[in-house]
Amino acid sequence: MIQRTPLYDSHVAAHGKIVNFAGWEMPINYGSQIEEHHAVRQDAGMFDVSHMLGIDLHGSEAQAFLRRLLANDVAKLTVPGKALYSCMLQEDGGVIDDLIVYFFTPTNYRIVVNAGTAEKDLAWMRLQAANFAVSLTPRRDLAMIAVQGPQARERFWTAFPDSRAASEPLGVFQAAAWLIDNTSWLIARTGYTGEDGFEIAVPATQAADVWQKLIAAGIKPAGLGARDTLRLEAGMNLYGQDMDEMQNPLESGLAWTVDMKDTNRDFIGKSALAGRQFNRTFVGLVLLDKGVLRAHQKVVTAHGGGETTSGSFSPTLNQSIAFARVPAGVVPGDTVEVEIRDKLLKAKVVKPPFARNGKPLI
Amino acid sequence: MNVPADLRYTQSHEWIKQETDGTLTIGITDHAQEALGDIVFLELPDAGRTVKAGEECAVVESVKAASDIYAPVAGEVVARNDAAIDAPESVNQDAYAAWLFKLKPANAADLAGLLDAAAYEKVAAAS
Repeated sequence: MIQRTPLYDSHVAAHGKIVNFAGWEMPINYGSQIEEHHAVRQDAGMFDVSHMLGIDLHGSEAQAFLRRLLANDVAKLTVPGKALYSCMLQEDGGVIDDLIVYFFTPTNYRIVVNAGTAEKDLAWMRLQAANFAVSLTPRRDLAMIAVQGPQARERFWTAFPDSRAASEPLGVFQAAAWLIDNTSWLIARTGYTGEDGFEIAVPATQAADVWQKLIAAGIKPAGLGARDTLRLEAGMNLYGQDMDEMQNPLESGLAWTVDMKDTNRDFIGKSALAGRQFNRTFVGLVLLDKGVLRAHQKVVTAHGGGETTSGSFSPTLNQSIAFARVPAGVVPGDTVEVEIRDKLLKAKVVKPPFARNGKPLI
Repeated sequence: MNVPADLRYTQSHEWIKQETDGTLTIGITDHAQEALGDIVFLELPDAGRTVKAGEECAVVESVKAASDIYAPVAGEVVARNDAAIDAPESVNQDAYAAWLFKLKPANAADLAGLLDAAAYEKVAAAS
């Protein structure tokens, strides 16, 4: 059955064009995806991300459990509120999902997972948790809103001035609770756009009111379309497209998230990845000819064939960009060819990100 | 819905205007541009190309997706809109002004097989 977030009526009222995304009725845009993209790069935009699932972990072995469950190491989180990006792997190294984990205490964490994988993730986590003193609590009672852009924090404080004391000291990838009207919001300085801003988790019952106050503070609603071009420019992977259960993180541009430093730590998937050489690499492409790169186009290189995993038009660069999985010999600076409708078009290999903090980076 | 009464249409959301010299001017409908979203790239046929009815002969790409454009009737391409290639967003701004290409029909009688505005409105409403 198709699901709706607590903000569904707000999207319809704002003329959001609703599509089915991973079983959820979500706005793809509210008119112009490109205008929404620029709003986030240049000022402030916001996304309803309530389709994603927060899962709270409590228990004396919460940390030990996460050190087993995740490829990145939560032991490096020592400051309360600090967050970490990680993959959750199968034994064979395939990616079950990518997620953000927030540390509060060694016995209390929150994980936020993708919408389309939420049920699968929860089942896997419960299976793995059986041997640990840890409880898992899905938080469908929360709504989540990502407020992103160079002016996002200022505009958020215009809407909620009393939150400033709790949220202004936050470093990047850090969160804090803010108590308001007998409820607790989590305000996190995280996002999926390559811009500064907050992701907030609030009680679902307050979501529509919060959304209205943010609009009144000049924050522009932005849909999933802009979210996709923003994350692509920012060099951020999309689960199910850039990696999945058939791909490992080392061939998906995510080696930096696989933490092998503690040789005593045995995380799920480690034995499949440790010490192995992989023959494919994950790169960015900028199309030199005219056209638009899309996912699943063939890439022709001097070292053999590859494939694009995500591709679109980049509003910031005003040309087309993509991620591609290609033979390991391909390096930034190379020129390759991409097959689009039976034609081979030239593309330059680059190291993502393509754009962040309002500016092109290539 | 913006469906001018003086144009003809196809099931695949092209509009066709019959010019006084007998050539056909072809574009995509307002409904089609709305569904595609921000248009960022056009691939249009060269003048001189001969096309069959229903043949893929152009591509409109939005940020979201690529969409094929079909020849509404058989004929020869006599012009393409280079101004629209340079400014693909003009199709979003006014889909009936930003034409894509012009066709000299092989058989003028083929036009009778195209949809009128009332019939196209039903097609668009159902899609």
